[in-house]
Amino acid sequence: MAVLCLTVLYAPLLVVMAYSFNASQSITVWGGFSWRWYEDIFFGLEAAKFKTAAWNSVTIATAAATAATIIATAAAIGMVRGGAFRGRQVSFALLSMPIMVPEIVTAVATLVFFSAIGFTLGYSSILVAHIVFCIPFAYLPISARLEGIEGVYEEAAQDLYANRWQVFVHVLFPLMAPGVLAGFLLAFIISLDDFIITNFIKGAGVETLPTAIFGAVKQGIKPNIMALSTIMLLLSLLLVTVSLIVGRIGLKSDRSNHDRDG
Amino acid sequence: MITKNRSVLAVLAIAVSGFTAGTAAAEGKLSIYHWFEYIPQELLDAFSAETGIEVTMDTYDSNEAMLATLKAGKLGSYDVAVPGDYMVEIMIGEGMLDMIAEGELANVGNIEKQWLDVPFDPGRKHSIPYQWGSTSFSVNRDVYDGDIRTTSIIFDPPEELKGRVNILDAQGEVMLLASMHLGIPQCSTDRDQLKALDELLQGAKQHWASFNSDGAKDVLVSGDAAVGMIWNGFSAKARAEGANIEYSYPREGLIVWMDNVVLLKDAPNRANAIRFMDFLLEPENIAAVTNFAQYSAGVMGVTDLLDDALKSQPESIPPADAPAGTFVQVCDQATQEVYDAIWTRLKK
Amino acid sequence: MAEPATGLAISASFRPLRVWLLLPSWLVIGFFLLAPVLVMLVYSFLTKEFRGGVIWEFSLAAYDQFVFDRGLFGDEPPTIEWTYITIFARSITQAALATVFCLVIGFPTAFFIATRSPATRSIWLFLVTVPYWVNLLIRTVSMKFLIRDNGPLNELLLALGVISEPLAMINTNFAVQLGLFYSYLPFMVLPVYASVERYDFSLSEAAADLYAGRWTILRRVLLPVVRPGIIAGCILVFVPSLGAFLAPDLLGGAKNFMIGSLIEEQFKGNAGNWPFGAAASMILLTLVLLALLLLVRQQRTTEAG
Repeated sequence: MAVLCLTVLYAPLLVVMAYSFNASQSITVWGGFSWRWYEDIFFGLEAAKFKTAAWNSVTIATAAATAATIIATAAAIGMVRGGAFRGRQVSFALLSMPIMVPEIVTAVATLVFFSAIGFTLGYSSILVAHIVFCIPFAYLPISARLEGIEGVYEEAAQDLYANRWQVFVHVLFPLMAPGVLAGFLLAFIISLDDFIITNFIKGAGVETLPTAIFGAVKQGIKPNIMALSTIMLLLSLLLVTVSLIVGRIGLKSDRSNHDRDG
Repeated sequence: MITKNRSVLAVLAIAVSGFTAGTAAAEGKLSIYHWFEYIPQELLDAFSAETGIEVTMDTYDSNEAMLATLKAGKLGSYDVAVPGDYMVEIMIGEGMLDMIAEGELANVGNIEKQWLDVPFDPGRKHSIPYQWGSTSFSVNRDVYDGDIRTTSIIFDPPEELKGRVNILDAQGEVMLLASMHLGIPQCSTDRDQLKALDELLQGAKQHWASFNSDGAKDVLVSGDAAVGMIWNGFSAKARAEGANIEYSYPREGLIVWMDNVVLLKDAPNRANAIRFMDFLLEPENIAAVTNFAQYSAGVMGVTDLLDDALKSQPESIPPADAPAGTFVQVCDQATQEVYDAIWTRLKK
Repeated sequence: MAEPATGLAISASFRPLRVWLLLPSWLVIGFFLLAPVLVMLVYSFLTKEFRGGVIWEFSLAAYDQFVFDRGLFGDEPPTIEWTYITIFARSITQAALATVFCLVIGFPTAFFIATRSPATRSIWLFLVTVPYWVNLLIRTVSMKFLIRDNGPLNELLLALGVISEPLAMINTNFAVQLGLFYSYLPFMVLPVYASVERYDFSLSEAAADLYAGRWTILRRVLLPVVRPGIIAGCILVFVPSLGAFLAPDLLGGAKNFMIGSLIEEQFKGNAGNWPFGAAASMILLTLVLLALLLLVRQQRTTEAG
């Protein structure tokens, strides 16, 4: 099943990779092998634009996913470990609101609202909007994970006079970690992909990858976009590999330690 | 509630926006709001090199998206935009365009006579021509070799083409083509005519495979569609990519369109916008756009500067007996609402 | 959700800090989303301005348009308007199907990942998310290329002799489903993984020792632990699918409006009917909210029972 799953996920990407080497302009006709689109990405006239767009996208996604994950982790602890309270349903509704409002509505409403309060449109307006819509994507996996953790661990720690911060750092967070990672990853890819909201609230001249790419798509996808996508893909695979190696080293030095519940 | 909290909001907003530089209208800048992939980067670089003006460009994917964005609060952050003909008229009506004063444009004399006074901007007070072309449909000649110079190909297709038609996802152009097919005027207020329009589209939908503007070229190249409504330059590109298609000049009528550079109201760099417009009225500059986009310029002296393939491409040269071009007309509110209802019914 | 779904004792170890923990999310969402949404709520009760925007005059026209059909010209006696109800029903069906597919494929995948060694788990997780570094539009377009009538998939199946004629996949509901499934799969895999990973597999062994059947183990032992993850995953797939428009547009041929495209059309379409777009969004928001709260309530009663 996992293999099937990965096949479905990666099959279209093989198309992307293959056509990034297409000598022809078209994405439907094969014109022979060529590096020209990679040259175009790195040395072409739009190279600077793509570079800033990629940089903006990755930094915004990292910052927004981090902020959203922190906010969501706090909220999940408050919701799941805060005991029963009135307004919990309202709070839950609020936390899931960003996924319930159709994107175009968020986009228009936010733009209207931002211009009403005089919020300058630019990098920061994109970041703020991304943090907001990333929150539920981080919150749901984190709280789902937390709900599966019995309270006994924290209670035991508290019985040993650990304060709440110590309980969080040494007990709860290691237990929650897979949920936090899952939440962060979801928030990250959601931010990386967003077009509609970003396109409405970005300032003049500030581009992210989706806004820079969509243009080219209108005239049919140009192979340079395929090349750019392939580079992004390789970049992310590189990151995975690096984290794998770092993880291996970490595991070696950590071997004598107790196997933490991870 | 809004007034009560306004000061709080303002403080928060300043706090949040404080760490980024605003998009202040510094000297030597130009902010363009343009279609995607519609101007070569070389040309923008050339403009910067010639004038020392720093250019930033944002892009949009439809006239309506541009209008919505400007209306929701972005008017005042761009100097020029490039709306289509009917959208120029709408924007004038909305008071979103600034007036170009007499004598302000040095190269205004370069505009071709036929585009000097246009119905969507009488007297060219707000705009200059950018590119123009036609909207029709192209037919795959491997699939069908009969007569294609009729809109029946779209609305009552022959057996070979049924279920293999791609339609542009563009209300104005589809409505105009349907009106031409029925021989009724645009923006008709006659109820029977509007009902006939609705029935025609409802009946034709069963033969249509998809609504797609972005992929209008690709569906023809890949063979997913055997007939596709398409813009002339886009069709030429599809043919260049190997599709054995022919662009039709239907006898019922030919839709033409023109995109125009307009001066936006509250432009932060108005003087630079004028310089940019003058720049685009130079034949060699606008010829570069035409060579890039493969449509036609509305400026004199461009023809000699075009690529050879463009000079002779059938998509840009109508046969002698082709009907005169018709622009999509801007309807009044009542009629537009019926059009919208018909469109929603078509796509429900 | 609101209540621990696992039947574990409710812990309140962070009760004194509750407000401070929740405050950042309340503030951020309240200010930057709830406030704009309230603006939209107000808009839905205003008069539309032709070609986008609103006129500050109270009106119920937007909601009236949603419910009543007054003919093409708006002057016939009102009957029930089925157009928008049909669009909503279609979207809900599509989203529900997509959720089921994501669950059927995503659950075993998550299970598989959770049973790998701890060191390789995160690698698998990344492998599931890596494709999403490529933009959704590009992915959808590539998917379209793949399943075309004479695309690689059909050619492969023909060459293998599985089929004798190309399958017509593009512009069908199947294609839309595939697109939705493809867009939202990780939204199911990751939350489910986060809870399955917590599951102690010695429990199933113990249950098996007590002669519990596989199905019983799944239902009585595994399910209670992973249920919060499944619910979170279903919400994350179902709700965004409801508003999706890229997959229906590109893979389904845009012939049938989905909620997302309907609302988009109101803001970016020719007549630009903002109040109607706002009203449709508010109706959608209310429906989803009700469904979520019902889910929470029902969950609580099953736990109590």
